[in-house]
Amino acid sequence: MAKLTPKEVLLNPLFNNNPIALQILGICSALAVTTNLNTALVMSVALTLVTAFSNLFVSLIRAQIPSSIRMIVQVVIIASLVIVVDQTLKAFAYSLSKQLSVFVGLIITNCIVMGRAEGFAMQNPPFLSFLDGLGNGLGYSLVLIAVGVVRELFGAGKLFGITILQPVTEGGWYQPNGLLLLPPSAFFLIGLLIWGLREWKREQVEHTQFKMAPQVRKEAF
Amino acid sequence: MEHYLSLFIRAVFIENMALAFFLGMCTFIAISKKVETAIGLGIAVVVVQTLVVPLNNLVYHTFLADGALAWAGLPDVDLSFIGLLSFIGIIAATVQILEMLLDKYVPSLYNALGVFLPLITVNCAIMGGVLFMVERDYTFGESVVYGLGSGFSWGLAIALLAAIREKLKYSDVPEGLQGLGITFITIGLMSLGFMSFSGVQL
Repeated sequence: MAKLTPKEVLLNPLFNNNPIALQILGICSALAVTTNLNTALVMSVALTLVTAFSNLFVSLIRAQIPSSIRMIVQVVIIASLVIVVDQTLKAFAYSLSKQLSVFVGLIITNCIVMGRAEGFAMQNPPFLSFLDGLGNGLGYSLVLIAVGVVRELFGAGKLFGITILQPVTEGGWYQPNGLLLLPPSAFFLIGLLIWGLREWKREQVEHTQFKMAPQVRKEAF
Repeated sequence: MEHYLSLFIRAVFIENMALAFFLGMCTFIAISKKVETAIGLGIAVVVVQTLVVPLNNLVYHTFLADGALAWAGLPDVDLSFIGLLSFIGIIAATVQILEMLLDKYVPSLYNALGVFLPLITVNCAIMGGVLFMVERDYTFGESVVYGLGSGFSWGLAIALLAAIREKLKYSDVPEGLQGLGITFITIGLMSLGFMSFSGVQL
C-alpha cells in the first residue's frame, strides 16, 4: 500500500470512498434514524466518536492481539465504547435516547466500526487510524445529514423541529409529503444520492455482468 | 396460542426486520446476488435468531434486569448497563458453538451454511431482535416466537430481493445506478409493498 498522508486518510472517506455509498457499510442505522435531523445528528456524532476511538484503541494494542481472537477483542472494545455513549445519552438527553431506541446499541454491529477496525486499524499506527475512524464517521454523517435534511424538510416542513415551510394543516401553503416520513423513502433517497455521486465520480460506477445486445432492426426482405 | 400466532404474523409481515426496521442491511445487500446463497443465509439467520433471542431473554431476566439478582441475595443490583456487552458476547459464542457442532455432527449442513455463520455475528438483525426483545419486555415464550418470526421475516426478505436481483441483471439500468443504486431503489419498492401490511390489526 502506498504511504498515506493524514489528510488523505481523513478526507478520502467523504466522497472518494464513502462508507455508505461505496463500501456498503453501516446502512442499517443510516435509514432508520433519518426521519428528523435531530436524531440523525446525534447518531452521526455518536458513530463518529465510536469509530474514531475504537480505531485508536484497536490500533494501540494491535501488536498484542493474537489473530485468532481478534474479533472478540475488537467487539469488546467497541461494545464498551457504545455502552459509554448509551449511558451518556440516557443521562443527558433521555428523550432523544428513547427516540433512537435500539439504534444506539446497534452501533456495536454497525459494519463501519468493525470494518474499519479490521481493515485499517489492525495495520496502521494509532494516529492515522484515529483519523481514518474520524473520516469514515464523517463520511457516514454526511450521508445521514443529507438524507435527514431532505426527509424532515419536505416530509414535515421543519428543520430541527422548527417550522420552515408552513404546512397546510397549520394554515400555511406547504402540503407535506408524507411518504418521506415512511421507511421506503430512505431507500429511494440513498439510491438517488448514490446515483448522483457516481455521475460526479465516474470511476465508482459498477459494471454490469451482461451487455445488452444492440437492437437489430429486421429489414423487410 | 392465538396471542403467539399474532405475534409471529406481526414479526414476519408488519414489523419486517429488513424492510421496516432496516436491520441487517449490509449483509442484506452484499449477499443477495443469488437466490441459493440468499436462502442459505436466510436459514442460518432463522436458526441463530431462534436460539439467541430466547437465550438472551433468559440471561437478561436472571442476571441483568433491575432486581433480577434477588435470588442471589442482591435485590438492589441493576446490571442492565452491561446488557449490550453480554448480548454481543452471547451472540458471538452461540454462533461459534453452533459452527463447531454443525462441523462435527452435520457436515453437510455445515458446508452449506459454514461461510455465512461468522457473518451472522455482526448482522444487525440478530442484535436488533435481541434489543427489541428487551425493550418490549417479552416473556420467555414470546421471545421464542419473536425470534423465530423475526428471523423468518429477514430470510423471506433476502430471498425475495435475491430473486428480483437475478432478473434485474438482464435489464438496462442507467450507468450510475448500476449495482448499489438500483438495489436500493428495488428495496425501497419492496418496502413500500410491505407497508401495505401495516394497516392489518391483530
